[in-house]
Parts: sequence; C-alpha cells; structure tokens
Amino acid sequence: METYFILPFTLGMLFLLIVLFIKYGLWITKLSHIDKLRIVQSIFTRRSWDAIKESFLEGLVHRNMYKRNPLLGYMHMCFAMGWFLIIVFGHVECYMYYGTLAKAPWYPIFFQYYVHEWFPGERFMTNLMDFLLLYILTGVLLAYFKRINSKIFGIKKTTKLKPLDRVALISLWFIFPMRLLAESATAALYGNGGFLTNTVGQLFVWIGVNSSMESMLWWGYSLSLGLFFVGFPFSRYMHIFTEILFIFLRHYGIKLKKQFNSYSRIQVYSCSRCGVCIDVCQMHVANISNNQSVYILKNIRDQNLTDRKLYNCLLCGRCEQACPVRINLNDLRISQRIRATKEFNSDYAFLQTLPVDEPQMIDSKPEVIYFAGCMTHMTPGIKKSVLKVLDKAGVKYQFMDKEKGACCGRPLMLAGQYEAAKKLIAYNREKILESRAPILLVSCPICYKVFKDDYELGQITIKHHSEYFLELVNQGRIQLAQSEKTIVYHDPCELGRGCGVYEPPRELLRMTGQLQSVQQEKVNSLCCSGSLGDLSLSMADRNVIKAETLKVLLQKNPDVLATACPLCKKTFVKGVDVQVKDIAEIVAEAME
Amino acid sequence: MIDVLIIGGGIAGIETACSLQDLGYETIIVEKEKTIGGHLNDWDTLFPTHRSASEVLAHYTDETRKRALTIYLNTYVISVKKQDDGTFEVHTSRDVVFRSKAVVVASGYKLFNAERKEEYGYKIYDNVLTSADLEVKLKDLKGEFKTPTDKVPERIAFIHCVGSRDEKSGNHYCSKLCCVTAVKQAIHLKQLCPKAEIFCCYMDLRMYGPGFEEMYREAQEKYHIQFIRGRLSEVGENSNGTLQLKVEDTLAARPCKIQVDMLVLMVGMESAKSTELFAQSCGLKCAPNRFIQPLDHHIGSNLTNVEGLFTAGTSIGPMSVFDTVNHAKATAFAIRDYFINTAR
Ligand SMILES: Cc1cc2nc3c(=O)[nH]c(=O)nc-3n(C[C@H](O)[C@H](O)[C@H](O)COP(=O)(O)OP(=O)(O)OC[C@H]3O[C@@H](n4cnc5c(N)ncnc54)[C@H](O)[C@@H]3O)c2cc1C
Ligand code: SF4
Ligand code: SF4
Ligand code: SF4
Ligand code: SF4
Repeated sequence: METYFILPFTLGMLFLLIVLFIKYGLWITKLSHIDKLRIVQSIFTRRSWDAIKESFLEGLVHRNMYKRNPLLGYMHMCFAMGWFLIIVFGHVECYMYYGTLAKAPWYPIFFQYYVHEWFPGERFMTNLMDFLLLYILTGVLLAYFKRINSKIFGIKKTTKLKPLDRVALISLWFIFPMRLLAESATAALYGNGGFLTNTVGQLFVWIGVNSSMESMLWWGYSLSLGLFFVGFPFSRYMHIFTEILFIFLRHYGIKLKKQFNSYSRIQVYSCSRCGVCIDVCQMHVANISNNQSVYILKNIRDQNLTDRKLYNCLLCGRCEQACPVRINLNDLRISQRIRATKEFNSDYAFLQTLPVDEPQMIDSKPEVIYFAGCMTHMTPGIKKSVLKVLDKAGVKYQFMDKEKGACCGRPLMLAGQYEAAKKLIAYNREKILESRAPILLVSCPICYKVFKDDYELGQITIKHHSEYFLELVNQGRIQLAQSEKTIVYHDPCELGRGCGVYEPPRELLRMTGQLQSVQQEKVNSLCCSGSLGDLSLSMADRNVIKAETLKVLLQKNPDVLATACPLCKKTFVKGVDVQVKDIAEIVAEAME
Repeated sequence: MIDVLIIGGGIAGIETACSLQDLGYETIIVEKEKTIGGHLNDWDTLFPTHRSASEVLAHYTDETRKRALTIYLNTYVISVKKQDDGTFEVHTSRDVVFRSKAVVVASGYKLFNAERKEEYGYKIYDNVLTSADLEVKLKDLKGEFKTPTDKVPERIAFIHCVGSRDEKSGNHYCSKLCCVTAVKQAIHLKQLCPKAEIFCCYMDLRMYGPGFEEMYREAQEKYHIQFIRGRLSEVGENSNGTLQLKVEDTLAARPCKIQVDMLVLMVGMESAKSTELFAQSCGLKCAPNRFIQPLDHHIGSNLTNVEGLFTAGTSIGPMSVFDTVNHAKATAFAIRDYFINTAR
C-alpha cells in the first residue's frame, strides 16, 4: 500500500494530458480553413521530417539559444535534453527488465523503487541513468544561480514571475534533487545504485536510513512531479510543447495574419522567456525597460497589456532577429496594435478625384514604375539622384507619385490602422498594375516592406534602388568611379532585417569608395531611432538612442556615413558633422 | 596683465570694449575674422528703419579708432582657463597666450545650416536661398534684382522658422528676429520688384520690438505681402527651375500649393561653435538651447556661473542690434562692479 505515492504523479500527468489535449485541440480547430488544409496536405511530406529535425535541434538541443548565449543554451539543454533522455532510457530499462513496453507509466518513472535485483545490463543502465540525472542537476544548479545572479549569463535583466509560474518553477527545481534523494535512499537500503546514487546512498547509510524515510522521499519526488504537471499549462513552461507545435505549423507554411488568431496565440505561448530579446533592445539606452517583447507576450497571455507599452517600440526587429524560438515578434506586436486601435476617420474618397498627372505611356510599356514615397519627397537630394541615375542609364520609367500620390500605407500599418492602410494599398496597387511595368522601383525601405508584405503584386518584382542600380552597373548601363573616401554603411531596419537586403548597397559602396565594416552590422545593425513604428517616443529619448548608434557607426572616423533610407538619413543628419548620404546620392556622384 | 579680454569683435564686443576703455580699464578684443563687425558685415539694411548696416559699422569703426583700441584680428580663441588666483589664461590659434583679470564672451551666434532641413531643398534646388544669402545678395546688388537662375521674380515665398521652433531639427526655441527680418526683406524685394507677388508662411508672427508691428502692418497694407499661416511641408522643382511648395494653410484648414520663382528660408540662430569650446575649457554653463546660461535672467544677464567671465550680446541668445548694444553696455558696468567689489 505504500505505492500510493504514485498518485500525485499519475493524477498530475492525467490532468496535464487532458488540458493539453483540449488547449491544442481548440487552437488547431480555430485555425482558418486554409491553414488546416495546409496541415493536411503537408503532414506526410518532407516538411514533417524537417520539423522533427528542427524540434530536436531547437526544442531539445537549443542550438539557436546556445549560439546567442552558450551558458543559457546549456542550461535549457540540460533540462530539455536530459529529461527527454531520462524518459527514453527509463523506458528502455523498464523493457529490459519486464520484457514488455506495456507497463503503466509509473514503472519506468519510479523504476528504482520497484526493481532492486540484477538483470542483464543492469549495471550499465543504472550508471547511465545516474549520469543523465547528474547532467540535469548541473542545469538545475545553473538555474538556481540564474535567479540569484543573472549577470553570469550575460543577461542584464530577467523576467518577473507570477504565482503559478512560481509554483511550477519551484516544483521543477525540486523534481530532480528529490529524485536523487529518493533513488539514493533506495540504493542505501538495497546496497545497489550507480556511481551517483550509490555514493549519496553511502551518506544515507551513515546517517541511518529506514523504509519510511525512503517512502517519504519517493512521495516527495512524485508530489513535485505532480505539482509541476498541474502548474504546467498555466505557466511559462507551456512553451516546451507549444514551441514544437509552432515549429510544425511553421514548416507547414502557416503564416501570421494581421488579425490576432490562434496561430498568433501559439506563437505567444511558444516564448520560453529566455530573455534574449530584452538585452538586444536599444530602448534601455533611454531607460525604457518595460516594453520589450517578452513582456509584451507575457502581457498578452495575462491579458493586461497597456497601450503605453504596446506602442512604445521602434519595431526595429532586433529582438525578432535574436529570438531563438523565431517568434514573429514585430508582426505580433502590429497585430496587437490593430486590435487595440479604434478606427479613425480615414475617408480617402478624394483619392479617386485626383487628376491624372501626366499623359500615361499607354502604347509603350515602361521598364520600371518608380514610387518615391513621402519620405523621398522630403529628401529631394535622394529623389534628384535617383532620377539622374535613371535618366543617365536611359531607363524608360514612369514616375508614379511625381506630383501627387498616396502614402504606401506602411506608417498606418505600423500604427495598427489596418483598415485605413488597406484603402491606400488598394489605390496604389491599381496604379502599379495599370502601368504594366515589370519592376516596381522604390527608394524608401519603409515602402518596400509594405509592398512586399501586403500588396500582392503578382509577377511584378519590387526593387530597392540599391538593388536596381547594382543591376544597371552589372548590365553596363552605368559606370561608377571609385574614390579614396572611407565609407561606413548603416543598414536600415526595414531594408535589412525587414526585407533581407544587405549586400547590394555594400557592393555599390565598394565600387565607389573604401567601405569599412562596423561592429554591429547586417542582421545585428542598430536602429537609427527615427523609426515610424514608435510615435510615442520623445525627441530627447530618440536623440539618446541615436547618439549610441552613431557612436558605433563612426568609431573608425569615416568620411561618409552612407545609408539607404530617407528616414535614416534625415535622422542622422541632425546628429553629426560627418557627411550623411543616401546610396542613390553616392551612386549619382560616382557616375562617369 | 590686461584688465579685460573680449572674445569676438562683433558689435557686442566693440560696444563693451569702448565702454570699458572709457571707464579706464585696459581692454583688448580678439577676433577670428580679418575684420571686426561680425554678422553685420553681411547685412544690407537693418530693421526697423531700413538704415544701411554699413553705416552702423562705420560708426563702430570710428569709435575704435578714436580710442585706439587694441584688436587682434585673424585670431581664434580656442580655450579659456581660469587660474587659481581668479585670473584667466586665454589660448588662441596663434602661439600667444593672453592673461587677463576678466573675460567677456561676445562670440555671437551662428546660422542654422539649412541643408539639415533637406525637404526644403537648400543647395539642391538653385532658387532656394537663406535669409542670410539674400542679405548678401541685396548688399552686393548691382542693377536689377534677379533670382539665382537669372529671372526677374514674379512670385517669391519666405518661410519662417527654418531650424527654429522645430524639435526635429534640434532647436525648440524661437530665434526672435527672423519674423521681422522676413518682413524687412519682403518689403525690400517688393520695392525692387513691384510686380512680384510675395508670400510669407509663418507659424506665429513675433513682432516684439519697437516699430516691428508697424512694419508688419505696412507690409500688408502698403506692399500687399500675403501672410499664410502654416508650415511648409516640402518643396519640389519644376523642369523650368521654378519651385512648387506644399503648404498647409492652417487658417483656411486646407493644404495648398504655391508656385514660386524663388524661396527664402528664414534660418534661425544657433549657439556659436566656440561657446561649446569655452564650456569645456572653463566649465561655463549652457542652457538647454546651447546658448550660454546667464547667472540670473533678471538682474544678472551679463554674468555667468564662472566668476570673472561675462557675456555680451547674442552669445546668450538671439538679439537685435538694439538689444545687443544695450546688453553690451550693461556688461561694461557689470565688470566695473566686479573690479570694485573684488578690488582687483
Ligand atoms: C538674416 C539676419 C538678418 C538680421 N537683420 C537684422 C536687422 O536688420 N536689424 C537688427 O537689429 N538685427 C538684425 N539681425 C541680428 C544681428 O545680426 C545681431 O543682433 C548681431 O549680429 C549680434 O551681434 P554680436 O556681436 O552679438 O554677434 P556676431 O555678429 O555674431 O559677432 C560675433 C563675433 O565673434 C567672433 N568670434 C566668434 N567666435 C570667436 C572665437 N572663438 N574667437 C574669436 N572670435 C570669435 C565672430 O567672428 C564675430 O565677429 C539679423 C540677423 C540675421 C540672422
Ligand atoms: S520572445 Fe523569444 S527571445 Fe524573447 S524571451 Fe521569448 S523566446 Fe526568448
Ligand atoms: S522591436 Fe526593437 S524596440 Fe521593439 S522591443 Fe524589439 S528590440 Fe526593442
Ligand atoms: S512609408 Fe513612409 S516614406 Fe514610404 S511612402 Fe509611406 S510615408 Fe512615405
Ligand atoms: S522669430 Fe518668427 S520666424 Fe523666427 S523662430 Fe520665432 S516665430 Fe519663427
């Protein structure tokens, strides 16, 4: 009758399985019809295999996290991989002894309690299980340390816990030390155990051990397991299984929508609160330390997200890039903004009454249709240069918003004004398709991003001027002269992390001057602080962030600070004496 | 050791020097340019009377000659260091080090660089000038007034608050003089080109001084200059070199477009570069707008947080000639008080 101790574990597990089944079942059924079809169509394809591979690498090994922060990665790996192996080899051990896998789940979990006699392979298995236990315990030790002093992980700040998280966390901390004690007590009583449990067992022998003490320890082990399982679905540990679900759905081609839906929720629950996103955020420079993505995700779960936090973010994408779980943090935030904003007066009926600018080239199809966007109109130096290059190369182009045009819609989208943005998108889209040009040329990465993500332009390729100019050079339509000037290049957030364009601007700069590298560039580049994603940030705070970014960029005292975004240019110009130039201006100057 | 060293030979510096000399103190001026007079050298006529700036300058040149003031030209003051005994060591671009009992910072202001407001097209479009460029152009004018692309202008616009009252360009304060300068220049251009239509795009009109409001009234009633309340959002260039302005008319509550032949940007006044140098070398305190912070706004606007270091003129903020001269005179008396009280 002393085996009643299995009850907390068994009931806890049952509870967990039922809750998980209901939760995941609901989430999956709430996916859109098309998304469900995607799952059905992909399930027996290579995609599942890829997802399994990724689940192994990320869910167990924590490869991405390891790359970011080895110690943190190791800690997560200890728990995930160690526990996984203990379960697997627990079953192997059980099979070796009973000769069947059809045993109730408490047999492999509490194997040491039930089996004390020798069987073939017993020595090896006991030592292996001891080794795995030790492996997990090192992780537990690190976890203790992390709570006491997160700095050793290179993390400046960790997340705060709510009560249920605390229950789950504390029971998790207890599970493996309890297992060690229980197994060691048994080893002491029966004179067996592996290198670890036997050694600790000797200690028990020394202080005197009896079977009621042993049973108490097994009760303790089972209770901490049970408690953990009950707390699990309401704690951050939900990420463990949710992340795997997320990996599968991602591989099946399911994408985040503008409207917050159950896939968004799955992403929210996949966050492990590793805290990697906290440190990469530049807002700390301006002493803003409550708006980072992990807090936002937590607030979404707890349903206490405030507008202040939601909108105070540059949407620079640095955290998204760093997130080891690959959560679409920017789009998630935008979808929350869409949810939070009331629709304002966005009557764009006047757009239809705008007179047509110039006689459109009906009979001859243009090579490109150029959309400058409001930002480029505000930086006439860039506009003039783009047109100069096009003219010089003899490109047949249509200037879509030469006199009047509508905004591309991205600023509205960033603010969560989705319905308003849709109207502008519809208007511009029609104009672009009407032109019959195969290429849409943009000189503003902010526009680029929305054209790429939200316009559905079919066959038309969207090109940033840096990409297009490089093509013109490669086709020999323009020639560039190289100068001795040293240049550093600032990756605009929307062009780099947003659209993945890193090399074309650099190639052009290498042709026109001496390109220097910077400490944080490409995917890790810093935001200029001018972002339209945050309309609540004060100018003073922006200036502090900008100053930090400039410090990194200007470390080597370059002659020219180059960028590829009108907004970055406008932002930097006010902060430095060094020349700030857009890539278009540099190319236009270097043309022979 | 000299009594007082004055940094800057603009009207503020000259006025202070003359007054101190008259009070019996040995004074020298150190000026970085090859002539004295500062910004006034570049101006054509002065508000509110349309009197020529060179006339005022001639007066000051005379005054310096009469007193045989010592003036070091082409000498840039790099740093000011306060010694333990309360005197000053002044380092310059030449290899001389000056020692004095008191120092006056009369290094004036610098103009906002309009290129930083790229949407207005300065140095990108030929027919965009700053107010300072226009003064120089008017001063050197021979014959008919023409735009930079050589056309007799039919339509001209003045844009107020360029680089002032604009947090985005880093200056939240009002430069105080550009409103009345715009009115002065608009009237002048109307006199030169009577057929031209002239617009002023403003946020508020700050006609704070004697005679300013009268000029503004005259501009509207006699010269038919049109005042539009609203900020310029952007400028485009037409193929013939004329400019297209997009302005929000906030009184009529509608956006409007204006075609002009020439655009004048009323650039604001910023703290001179050297103020920053002095702040570093002797702990001189600056206000958030980067001009020197007076010790007391009401009863000590010529004093600074560094004892023995005084200010005169626009080094503490935008001022007209009239205000500058008064401020400079007061500085001379503040220094006399200082010498009497400290018995130096
Ligand atoms: C476009 C425009 C039009 C204007 N029109 C009028 C007008 O019509 N009427 C009117 O009353 N006011 C007018 N003003 C204002 C007028 O220019 C100022 O009131 C006047 O110039 C202030 O004189 P200041 O001596 O204080 O400064 P400044 O004229 O700037 O003189 C400062 C002097 O210090 C020197 N200096 C600076 N740093 C150093 C250094 N480190 N070492 C040595 N020397 C240094 C400079 O070279 C300069 O000579 C106008 C201003 C502008 C911008
Ligand atoms: S959002 Fe990503 S990086 Fe941030 S805590 Fe969650 S998992 Fe870690
Ligand atoms: S998007 Fe940028 S500003 Fe916003 S939370 Fe992430 S890192 Fe911070
Ligand atoms: S994104 Fe910005 S720059 Fe591009 S068109 Fe819209 S408002 Fe203008
Ligand atoms: S004086 Fe007039 S133009 Fe100048 S900053 Fe003040 S309000 Fe603007």
